[in-house]
Amino acid sequence: MSPPAKLPRWAELGLLPAINLIAALLLSGAIIRLIGESPWAALKLMADGAFGSQESIGYTFYYATNFIFTGLAVAVAYHAGLFNIGAEGQAYIGGLGTGLVCLWLGAWPFWAVLPLAILAGALFGAAWAFIPAWLQARRGSHIVITTIMFNFIASALMTWLLVNVLIRPGQQSPETREFAPNAFMPGLHTLLGKIGIPFTSTPLNLAFLLALAAAALVWVLLWRTRWGYALRVAGRNPAAAVYAGIRPPRVTLGAMLLSGALAGSLGLNELMGSQHRILLDFPGGAGFVGIAVALMGRNQPVGIFLAAVLFGALVQGGSQLSFDMPHVNRDMVVVIQGLVILLCGAMENVFRGPLSRLFAGKTRSPKSEIRNDGGPDA
Amino acid sequence: MVEEINSLPPALELRGIDKRFGAVHANRDLSFAVAAGTVHGVIGENGAGKSTLMNIIYGFHRADAGEIRVHGKPVEIHSPQDAIAAGIGMVHQHFMLVENFTVLENIVLGVEGGPRLAGGLASARAGLEQLARDYGLDVPLDTVVSELPVGLQQRVEILKALHRGADLLILDEPTAVLTPQEADQLFKMLGRLRAQGKTVILVTHKLREIMAVTDRVTVMRQGAVVAEVATRATSSRDLAEKMVGRAVLLQVEKGPAQPGATLLTVRDLEVTDRLGVPRVKGVSFTLRAGEIVGLAGVAGNGQSELLEALAGIRAPSRGEIVLGGRDLVREGLDPRARRHLGLAHVPEDRLRMGVVTGFSAQDNAILGYHDLPAYQRGGLLNRAAILGGCERKMAAYDVRPPNPHLRIAAFSGGNQQKLVLAREIDSDPRVLLVGQPTRGVDIGAIEFIHQKLVALRDAGKALLLVSVELDEILGLADRILVMNAGEIVGELARAEATEEKIGLMMAGVKGEGRA
Ligand SMILES: Nc1ncnc2c1ncn2[C@@H]1O[C@H](COP(=O)(O)OP(=O)(O)OP(=O)(O)O)[C@@H](O)[C@H]1O
Ligand SMILES: [Mg+2]
Repeated sequence: MSPPAKLPRWAELGLLPAINLIAALLLSGAIIRLIGESPWAALKLMADGAFGSQESIGYTFYYATNFIFTGLAVAVAYHAGLFNIGAEGQAYIGGLGTGLVCLWLGAWPFWAVLPLAILAGALFGAAWAFIPAWLQARRGSHIVITTIMFNFIASALMTWLLVNVLIRPGQQSPETREFAPNAFMPGLHTLLGKIGIPFTSTPLNLAFLLALAAAALVWVLLWRTRWGYALRVAGRNPAAAVYAGIRPPRVTLGAMLLSGALAGSLGLNELMGSQHRILLDFPGGAGFVGIAVALMGRNQPVGIFLAAVLFGALVQGGSQLSFDMPHVNRDMVVVIQGLVILLCGAMENVFRGPLSRLFAGKTRSPKSEIRNDGGPDA
Repeated sequence: MVEEINSLPPALELRGIDKRFGAVHANRDLSFAVAAGTVHGVIGENGAGKSTLMNIIYGFHRADAGEIRVHGKPVEIHSPQDAIAAGIGMVHQHFMLVENFTVLENIVLGVEGGPRLAGGLASARAGLEQLARDYGLDVPLDTVVSELPVGLQQRVEILKALHRGADLLILDEPTAVLTPQEADQLFKMLGRLRAQGKTVILVTHKLREIMAVTDRVTVMRQGAVVAEVATRATSSRDLAEKMVGRAVLLQVEKGPAQPGATLLTVRDLEVTDRLGVPRVKGVSFTLRAGEIVGLAGVAGNGQSELLEALAGIRAPSRGEIVLGGRDLVREGLDPRARRHLGLAHVPEDRLRMGVVTGFSAQDNAILGYHDLPAYQRGGLLNRAAILGGCERKMAAYDVRPPNPHLRIAAFSGGNQQKLVLAREIDSDPRVLLVGQPTRGVDIGAIEFIHQKLVALRDAGKALLLVSVELDEILGLADRILVMNAGEIVGELARAEATEEKIGLMMAGVKGEGRA
């Protein structure tokens, strides 16, 4: 019954996520202890695996790039009051667009391929998000349900395309031929090398910088344009939106198009940057991780960046861990990731109550003026 | 009235309550006592700290310092649960009911008394029927809450508190959402509660209500108690002065209207609701420059629907709305397009429609005007202009605290309303639609808002005023339309209007001089 507990901004954005993360790590540590390994050694291995060398840093940020795109996608929809669970499918179909450009126009110079590949990825992803958005806006079909369904449809469609149409002739595994080298996203080590900074060769590539640019763009669009203002009004209070002459159905369409375009950009990193072909299930769950990233990042671009790096580190450090510790296998690593999602995402409010009581007791001004920029108003 | 010579300890005693929100000192060393078995009024300007104090007593907020005693014993109240345990109940201005539960389920919610719902419900039903008999609080226990009118929903809240054993009942602006008729019923009920020995704290802006039902009144200003008097020993005028700290005009001061050209013409307008039931049935009238037209009627007779149709929020099923030679209905203009044509709108329900509660004051100050060129620069929002605009509005309308960065929800109700009015009037409209402009607003601010509305009239604008306060309509309007069951049943010039005449027409008796 009591109003949602509010915290000072620094506690909201820094302390609370940190406490959640520590709780998740403690729980993971307990489990690792149970299976007979040392939690401390495991933590060190993971940290080392994620940030210990140039190579591990490269991988961590390479994974993080995917999560930035999908996290932003989820966040944009969230601000419009929509829960987009379909980033996975949008990334899949968006990657198809990017991949087709690379396959067909790979002979063109890179600087001509790049804008077209970006455009195609965004367009395909947006188109895939548009159908559920349209169904929601015009027919009231719930977007959570339809976007989930469209994940399955995307998956079936891509399997069919890869097995029957796009498969490289004379080959067994369902994937296309390799892109022409002109359509490879330059690695960050190459770019850094050009300005005289040596860096180990890793899959980390130009798409990382594009993801950062996308984060900046989302910030500007949502908080510095009238379009973003209208989107946030409609997301928080549809009645006030109508009063202000904003049409919520139109906002739904616009927000989902942008959301799909962001998710659809994943192929820039995954396909152009690393795989250099279209292959089965290349998003690899990044669309779902994006939900956790958005939640944990409070749906703010900076928060999403930080959360994406954390999840990138979990993936990269986790594989290092399963490599070095005999009792910890890949599934264990998934459990640890799951705990982080659980405590930082789904149960992020568990410590909010006690923490706000602590603040109420300690300081004279428990109520901050700033609320977390979270969900639509009740 | 109950005699105050009472040797019992007071039902509630506050000692040195102090509370700050950052820089705002909302409660300053407050002390007063509420005698058992009385109705105690608390009045004060918007932002005086009344709601803050009530929320402290009910455990929503925690005081920085001070002591609360209930029947002489100090109590620690950290949460509403503690308050309920101490016999304190509260009815919030915004009801805390589960809309799709029945009345009974709502009341039992949280005190089911065991894992099996059926048993709890049955025993609660018996107890509630007893309570309803004792206090004349009749509510249909098996009706779904969303189907009840506001007045009955409020009763459910009161029953809920009594069912939890409340002995002291806090009502924070209970009549702000009620029609005058519903308010009368509420006050009868409060009388019965008092007769049964319950204690009531009533927070309100309406001095009429204070004079009618309270035994004592505490007056607050800027977080502190500035006066405490027996109701018998004071008057409305006296209380108003104590509240604001200067003499207040309880009557609107205005010259005669000089109506000019017709600005807005409504012809044969029909509005149906979602179920296809007509709520406005073929209404026609005009608004002229330089006049305030009051729309009177018992709440729920189509005024709200009419207002929303004019503003472009509801599509009428038939009829014309002509503004500046253009038919807004045929062109299908949305609220934004209508604003560009000079039609501004202060909505009746500020919190539901007029503001976005999670946004800051400055972001709320551009709601509906966010695409004005003045707020853009180079394709982006001009944050400096938005901030400056908000600061200017806050200064001009004395919005307190004048902090554009503060979330709108942290402003007191009256200050939110001033900001909404500032936003709409500041757009320099030709026609202003105003719904309940002074709902939840203190008398000082009412005087101010009324002056602004009259000034707008004198500047040659047309105003349509919808209010459930007959006093407000009589005080402001130059011409009065009376609505009943979706029709305009009569039109009166201000000079010929009396409360009785309007009252009869509101009840459906057709008046002379049909428009
Ligand atoms: N959560 C909050 N955070 C910051 N300031 C607050 C908060 N709640 C209230 N205030 C401030 O405390 C002061 C007292 O507010 P309060 O709501 O108690 O006034 P009120 O007397 O109930 O006014 P009204 O008659 O308009 O309802 C105001 O200046 C208000 O802006
Ligand atoms: Mg209040």
